[in-house]
Amino acid sequence: MAFGAVAGHGEHEHEHHPTGWKRWVFSTNHKDIGTLYIILSIVAAMIGGLMSWAIRLELAEPGIQFINDFQFYNVLVTAHGFLMVFFVVMPAMIGGFGNWFVPLMIGAPDMAFPRMNNISFWLLAAALVLLILSAVVGDGPGTGWTVYPPLSSATFQPGPSVDFGILALHLAGASSILGAINFICTILNMRAPGMTMHRMPLFVWAILVTAFLLLLALPVLAGGLTMLLVDRNFGTSFFVVEGGGDPVLWQHLFWFFGHPEVYIIIIPAFGIISQIVSTFSKKPVFGYLGMAYAMVSIGFVGFIVWAHHMYTSGLGVDARAYFTAATLIIAVPTGVKIFSWLATMWGGSIDLKAPMLYAIGFIWLFVIGGVTGVLLANAGIDFAMHDTYYVVAHFHYVMAIAAIFAMFGGWFYWISKMSGRQYPETLAQIQFWVFFIGVNVLFFPQHFSGLAGMPRRIPDYPDAYWGWNFVSSIGALITMVGTFMFLYIMWYTYRKGAIAEANPWGEGATTLEWSVPSPAPFHTHEELPVISAGTGHHAPAE
Amino acid sequence: MLERLKFIALSAALGGLAWSSAAFAAEGRAYPWQLGLQDAHSPVMARIHDFNNMLLVIQVLIVVFVLGILAYVIFRFNAKRNPVPSKTTHNTLLEILWTAVPIVILVIIAIPSMKLLYYSDKTQDYDMTLKVTGHQWYWSYAYPDQGDFSFDSIPVPADDLEEGQLRLLTVDNRVVLPVDTDIQVLITSDDVIHDWAVPSLGMKIDATPGRINERWVRIDQEGMYYGQCSELCGVYHGFMPIQVEAVSKEAFAEWVKQAKEEFAATGRPAVRVAETGRQGR
Repeated sequence: MAFGAVAGHGEHEHEHHPTGWKRWVFSTNHKDIGTLYIILSIVAAMIGGLMSWAIRLELAEPGIQFINDFQFYNVLVTAHGFLMVFFVVMPAMIGGFGNWFVPLMIGAPDMAFPRMNNISFWLLAAALVLLILSAVVGDGPGTGWTVYPPLSSATFQPGPSVDFGILALHLAGASSILGAINFICTILNMRAPGMTMHRMPLFVWAILVTAFLLLLALPVLAGGLTMLLVDRNFGTSFFVVEGGGDPVLWQHLFWFFGHPEVYIIIIPAFGIISQIVSTFSKKPVFGYLGMAYAMVSIGFVGFIVWAHHMYTSGLGVDARAYFTAATLIIAVPTGVKIFSWLATMWGGSIDLKAPMLYAIGFIWLFVIGGVTGVLLANAGIDFAMHDTYYVVAHFHYVMAIAAIFAMFGGWFYWISKMSGRQYPETLAQIQFWVFFIGVNVLFFPQHFSGLAGMPRRIPDYPDAYWGWNFVSSIGALITMVGTFMFLYIMWYTYRKGAIAEANPWGEGATTLEWSVPSPAPFHTHEELPVISAGTGHHAPAE
Repeated sequence: MLERLKFIALSAALGGLAWSSAAFAAEGRAYPWQLGLQDAHSPVMARIHDFNNMLLVIQVLIVVFVLGILAYVIFRFNAKRNPVPSKTTHNTLLEILWTAVPIVILVIIAIPSMKLLYYSDKTQDYDMTLKVTGHQWYWSYAYPDQGDFSFDSIPVPADDLEEGQLRLLTVDNRVVLPVDTDIQVLITSDDVIHDWAVPSLGMKIDATPGRINERWVRIDQEGMYYGQCSELCGVYHGFMPIQVEAVSKEAFAEWVKQAKEEFAATGRPAVRVAETGRQGR
C-alpha cells in the first residue's frame, strides 16, 4: 500500500514544516486546520452569545429596555441563529474535532485531500466575514434564520443585507460540501489495516453519517438560496406570488435542508458522547452496531420529515398525517441511543470527571428535549405550540445546548491530546455545574411561556408573560458566568495546565488517538497501526 | 431584589385569583406565572387540552424513568462502589425491548393524534365564514355572509389604552363572532406571511400571500379572546394583536347591523398602519 511506504522515508523530511503565519494560512495539516476551525468557532460563539444575551436582557421585562429599533432586534435573532448553527456548532464539531480526531482514530496519516481541507476552512472564514458584513451594511437581515420570502424579498428587505447573508450561506455551504467529501473519502479509503467499518469508533461513524447528510442536504439549500438571490436581484419569481411563484416552495426547500441540518449538528455530538461515556465507564460501548446504525437511520429518516416545520403553512391534512407519523418514528433510534448509553454505564466503573459530567448533562438535556419533540411531532397539537417559546425551549434543549454540552465535553476530553496540557479538574467541574444550572434556568421556563402562548421572535410581550421571562433572563446571566469560566479554563489550560501524558484516562480510553503522544505530533500514524479484534477500537463486531 | 420577590409573590397570587374568576366571562389570554395551555374555549382547543394532558403523563413518565436509571447508574456504578467494570456489551432481549416498547408508546400516541388532526382540520357544515387578511402590521376582517362588510383592526398603542385594556393585545376594531356557531375561517395575506393565532380557541394558521388557508372554530362562551401574530413578519411583528369578542347570537345580529353602517364607507384600509403601529408599546 502506498501509505506503508511513507514510514520508510527519512524522518527529517517530515520534521520541517512551515512556521509562523504560513503554517496556519497555507496549512494542509489536519490538526492545524482542526485548531483553526475551533478558533473560528470560539470567535463566532462570542459574537452569537453576546447577541443572545442582548436578546435575553431585552426580554427580561415587559416594555422596551434598550433595543428601540425592532429591525435591529430581528437582525439579532437572525444572526444569532446563523452564527450558532453554521459558524459555531458545525465548525467546532465537524471541522474542529472531526479534523483532529477522525484521522487519528482510524489510523490515517492525514485527511484524504489536505489542500481541499485548507480551502474548506478559508471559505468558511470568508463566509463569516460576509455574514458579519450582512449585519452592518444596510438594515441587516431581519428575516429569521429561515429567511422566508416574501419577508426576505427585495420589497420587504431592501438593501444588500440579505444578499450578503445569502452569499455567506453559499460559501459556508460550499465549504461544508468540500469538507464532507473529504471526510467521506478519508473514512472510506484511509482506515488502517484491520480497521474495518464495524471496528471504527462511533465518533468516526457519526462524522461519516454527518458528511453524507451535508453532501445531500446542502446542495438543496444552495439551489433555494440561488432562487432567492435571483428573485431579489434579477426579476425572477420563484417565490413571488404576483409572478406565479409560491412562498411555500421556499419553505419546502429550506426545510428539506433544514431538518437534516439539525441532525448534522447533533449526530457528531452523539459520537463525542459515545466516546466519553465508554471511556469514563471503562467499558466498551453497549450495542455498538445498534448505535452505529441508529445514527444511519436517524440520518435517513431525517430526510423525509421536513414538513413537520410547516404544519401551520396550509399543508393538506393527509400530508400532515404522514409527516406526523414519519416524525414520531425518529423517537425509536434516538431511544436506542439513550438506552445504549445507559447500558454502557450500567455495570461500569464510572469516573465522574468533567467530560463525563458533560456527557451525563447531555443525556439529561436530550431526554427533556426529546419528549417535547415527541409532542411537537403531532400536527394536531402543534397548532397550539407552533412558533411559540415552547419550540424555542425544545430546540435549544435537544439541539443547541445539547450540542454545546457535547462540545464542552469533547474539549475537556481531548484538550490534553490537542495542547499537551490538561485542564484544571476542580475548576472544570465547578464550571459544569454553573453552566448546567444556568442553561436549565434559562430554557426550562420557556416551556411555560410557550404553553401559555407567547410567540417567538418578538421584542416585547404582553405583561402576563413577564414572570417566566424574567427567570429565563436570570438563567442567561448564570449561563454567561459559566461561559466566561470556560474561557478562563481554556486560557489557564494553555498557559498553566499540567503537562499531560499520552493517555490521561486510563484503561477506558481504547481508541487510537490515545496511543500517540500528547500533544499529538505534527505527523501521526506515519507507520500504520494494525488493528485486530479487541484492540484500538471499542467493540469487536463479530 | 426584595421588592422584586414581593412583586413575584403578589403577581403569582393575583394570577391565581384571575384564573379562578375566569369562569364567569371568558378571558382567553395568558396569566402571570401560567404553567400550562390557555383555557379552552373551542372544541378543537378542548381536544388539544385532552391530548396534551395524555402526552404530559407520557412525557413525565419517560423523563422520570430515564433520568431515574441515570441517577441510579451514577450512584451504583461509580468508580468507588464498583471498581471493576463488567465487560457486557450485548443483550439481545434488552435491545429488542428498547426498540419495541417505544414503538408501542408511539402507536398509543399516534391514534389520538390522528383523531385530533382530522377533527381540527375543517368542518363540513359551517354556519358562517370569517375572512382574515394579514397586513404589515395589522389585520383586516370581512364577513361575506353578513353583507360582505370589512374593516381594519388596528393595534392600540400603549399610551392610548383605557383602564383594563391589555398592552400589546388591544385593537381598535375587534373581531366580533357569535358563540355556539360553526365558523369557517379563511386566511390570507396581502404582503408577507403572517399567522392568525388565538391560543384559547386553538387557532393558528399562516396567512400566506397567494393562498387561502382554512380552519374552523366554534366558540363555547361569551368573552374576549386574545392572540398575536405568530409568524415573523417584519419590524412590528410583535405588535399586531388579535382580539376576538364572542357574543350571543342575538347580540351578534345587532352588532352586524351597526357594523354594516359603520364600515360601509371605509371598505379597504383607510389608515395605513405604518404611523399608528409605530409606537408599538
